[in-house]
Order: sequence, then C-alpha cells, then structure tokens
Amino acid sequence: MSPDMIPLLTKALGETVYMVAVSMVIATAIGVPLGVLLHTTAKNQILECLALNRILGAVVNAVRSIPFIILMVAIIPLTRLIVGSSIGTTAAMVPLVLASIPFIGRQVETSLMEVPAGIVEAAESMGATPYQIISRVLLPEAMPNIVAQLTTVVIALVGESAMAGAIGGGGLGDLAIRYGYQRFRPEIMIATVIILIIMVQIVQFAGNSLAKRLNKK
Amino acid sequence: MIQLSHIEKIYDSPSGPVRALKDISLHIEKGDIYGIIGLSGAGKSTLVRCINLLERPTKGTVVVDGQEITAMSDSQLRAARKNIGMIFQHFNLLSSATVYENVAFPLELAKTNKDVIQKKVTELLELVGLADKADQYPSQLSGGQKQRVGIARALASDPKVLLCDEATSALDPQTTKSILELIKDINAKLKLTVVVITHEMQVIKEICDKVAVIQNGLIAENGPVLDVFINPQQPITKEFISVLMSNELPAGFDRSTISKDPIPNSVMLTRLTFIGAETDEPVISRLIKNFDLNVGIVFGQIDHIKNVPFGRLMVAMEGRQMEIDHAIEYLKGKNLKVEVIGYVARHDSASD
Repeated sequence: MSPDMIPLLTKALGETVYMVAVSMVIATAIGVPLGVLLHTTAKNQILECLALNRILGAVVNAVRSIPFIILMVAIIPLTRLIVGSSIGTTAAMVPLVLASIPFIGRQVETSLMEVPAGIVEAAESMGATPYQIISRVLLPEAMPNIVAQLTTVVIALVGESAMAGAIGGGGLGDLAIRYGYQRFRPEIMIATVIILIIMVQIVQFAGNSLAKRLNKK
Repeated sequence: MIQLSHIEKIYDSPSGPVRALKDISLHIEKGDIYGIIGLSGAGKSTLVRCINLLERPTKGTVVVDGQEITAMSDSQLRAARKNIGMIFQHFNLLSSATVYENVAFPLELAKTNKDVIQKKVTELLELVGLADKADQYPSQLSGGQKQRVGIARALASDPKVLLCDEATSALDPQTTKSILELIKDINAKLKLTVVVITHEMQVIKEICDKVAVIQNGLIAENGPVLDVFINPQQPITKEFISVLMSNELPAGFDRSTISKDPIPNSVMLTRLTFIGAETDEPVISRLIKNFDLNVGIVFGQIDHIKNVPFGRLMVAMEGRQMEIDHAIEYLKGKNLKVEVIGYVARHDSASD
C-alpha cells in the first residue's frame, strides 16, 4: 500500500459520508411526508383525495423510472440553479436527494399500509383528528418498518453517490474510477470496494438493530 | 339514549351497489345492554359503526344522547365520539405503546392534564384488573388481557355509551365469560348504555336485556331477551336459539319418520317450554298420575336468562290416543308452551 493512499481514501470516505448523510436527511424530510400523503389520500383512508393521490403517484413513478445516471445529467440545469454549480460534492447531492424522495415516499407508503386498519378505526372512534392519527398512530406503529426501509434507502444512496462521483462529485466512487480504473491502480479500487462493503454492513446492522429495538410486536 | 331512524347503507362494489342495511330503526334506552345478533354479513358490524359514524349511513338519522350525530360537522362529530367508547374483536391496541399509554391515549388526544391522566389511567387499570401490567406492551398480554385494556381505553373519556363489536369473538369460552362479567359490572357501576354486536346467542343470553336479530340488513325480530328466547318468531331467531337450547330432536329419532297423524305402535313427542316459576311445578309427575300413559323424558335442559329459569323438556308419551289428547289439553292448561312434534315409530331408546 503506497503512503498516498491513506489521505486519498479518508478524504473520499468523508465526501461519501457527507453526500449520503446530508442527502438522506433532506430526502427523508420531504419523502416521509410524501409517503404519508400517498397513503392517507388513497381510497378509504383518512384524507381520501383520489385526484391528488393519482397525481402524486404518477410523479413518483415518473421520477423513479429514470435511471439514476440519466437523472443526474438531465437535471444539471436544476442543479446549477440550486447550488450554483453542476460539479462538486454539494452539486451531486441534488440528484441524490431528488432520486431518493420518491423512493422514500413509496417505502413509507408501504410501511403505513401495513398498520392494521382497525387501529386507525379505533383512534377515529376516540375522536382523533387526521393529524393526530398520522402523528400518534400511523407513524409510531409503522416506525420499525420505516426504519428498516430507510436503511435500504441509505444503502441505495451509497451506491448512487458512487455514480455521482463519476460526474465530479467526489467520494469513493470518484476515487475508484479516477485512480483505480483510469490510472491502473487496482489496490485503490480494491480498497474502495472494501470500504464500501464495510459501510453498507455497518448501515445495515445499525438499521436492523434500531428497527428491532423499536418493534414491540 | 340511542335512536336510529330508517338507517340505510349502500356500498359501491365492483358488482354494483350493495345494500348492507335496509331501513333499520332501533331505540336503545339508557342503561340497557342491547344485543344485536346476526350471521356474518348480516350487516351488524356496519350497523354499530353507524352509531358513531365510522360508517356514514346513506340515509337515515342517528341520535345519541339527544344529539343528532348525522347532522354534525367533522369537529362536532369528533367531540361527540368522546361520549361513545368502542371495543373491537381484534382489540386494536397500539402495539408500539404500553398498556398505560394505550389507556392514556384518548385522554392525550383530548389534551388532558398529565396528572389527571395519571389518576384516571391508574383507576381504570384497577377497574379492569390490570394494575400490574401498566408497563407491558400489548404483545406480552393474553387475548383477554388485551380486551381489558381495550375496555379501559374505551372508558377513559367517560363515555355514556359503549359499543362492543364482536368483543369476545376472538376469545376462548372461559375468557369470554370473564369479559362479559366485566362489561356487566361496568354497565351496573357506571350506568353505561352498552351495545353488543355478536354472532353468539350465548353472549346475548349472558348479559343482554334486549336483543335485535338482524338478517340481510333488516331487523328480523327484537324485544326483551326473555321474550325472544321463549317465543322466537322468525326462523333465523329459532336457529340462533337452537344452538343454545338444542331444538333439534335427539339422535335416535329420525325426523323423516315423524308423522303428524297417529300411527300404530308409536310414541308421541311433545316439547314443553317452562318459563320462570313454573319450572318448579311437578307437571311430569302429575301427567303420569292423572293419565294412563307411559311418559318418558327424551331430552331436557334448564337454563337461566338474567336469573329467570328457562327450561325445555322433550317428552315421549305412549298410550291410547284419547289419553294422549287429554294429556295435551291438560298441559296446555298449565302455563307452559306446548309444541306437539308428532308421532314417531317406537324406537328402543325412545320409549320408556
């Protein structure tokens, strides 16, 4: 292992963690409410509004059907508008967030669907408002599931962040391509792959433990 | 306390509209335990949900405690629902909350003061006998305990009405009994009006004062439980009661061989229904003493409905036709319900 590798790897790791963490926080902040809306505006749900439900569903499907690598390039003008540049770690987060929002939305929707309708009915029978049902019943009851699903999103983000690296976003993916592939340094390629594997393991383990701790069923 | 007037409920389904309830009117008095019994699909669960408007009737009005629920705005309705507690077949407890938190839940929804909640929840857990389970999660409880939590939760907002939707259907007979006892206790202690939805006549018999039998979205029959039990009018009611009272002929008799007219070498089967004090009168021994007949008891059962004894006997009489006719006359003169089943060819286990 050459001595220049360590700083390269730590810097890249830092960038990846930064990209994934910040994207995840922003995407969750938007994606969870989106998921709640997707679920609650559906037929026979507490905020039934089929028109809105269909529009949201169509938009979510549209964004989700675009492969990440194409999305990344396609939204460059939007990225410029938001962060002022299309290159760099921060710029890479725009497509990451955009791709993750509908993903989280669907995952949360699925988790909420698994909350037994009877529990919602019971809350309604006690005079709970729709907001109370969402905050006091649906989200807490679905939380173990949501945590497990969000873990999957984080792992997907790690993968996507590596792709984002390919268009100048920095991070482990960028390092692997530039050094490992373009400069024929297989040891760097191997090192990044190992780090990615360890990262994913840690994320999955943490997610599983948290979900398990929250689950009182 | 509860007045349902001309309730109709129509659902849309892929195969066209379904009329789940067709013109149901029902009056439930304050303090009553009112049973609504029906087979699955009869509309009883829909009906009970029309009382607190978990299901909005397509037509008709619902008045609870003098307030017309069907005319309320959403926020008025939410306030009114605090007066109507409900328990469910599958308990519907929050799995992520402890027993204490579950019972506190309706109070927290109403933004009640923490100290008041603490006092109220402790009291309720005491009432349902779960004071020591406050910090456990529902998954750690048995079915009966879960339903007790459900009851405590339903009572937290001091409702005037308690709706029980198949509250014991997921429980074993022993637990069912204890939950029914608890509901009866609460009804007496808190002067609560209780509506019980069930498909089991046993439940009606144990705790209800009045009963409505619902079939195909209509009320087939209703009235005081004792009246309905003794004198069921509709086939569906008879069917429900037969489960409890064994209206069927005992094995050993073949229904197809029963003849309405006297046949040679036969016995005559009669079903006698006793109500109340007459259960004690020695009718059978008088029957044997006064008439030249062989009298055998083929089947017998005595039960209590709300502390009133209620018995059924199936007797087989053998003898000359004239004596039999006189005996029937004699029985009809007593305060009994006499039903002549018919004549059946002698069977070794049926006579004497």
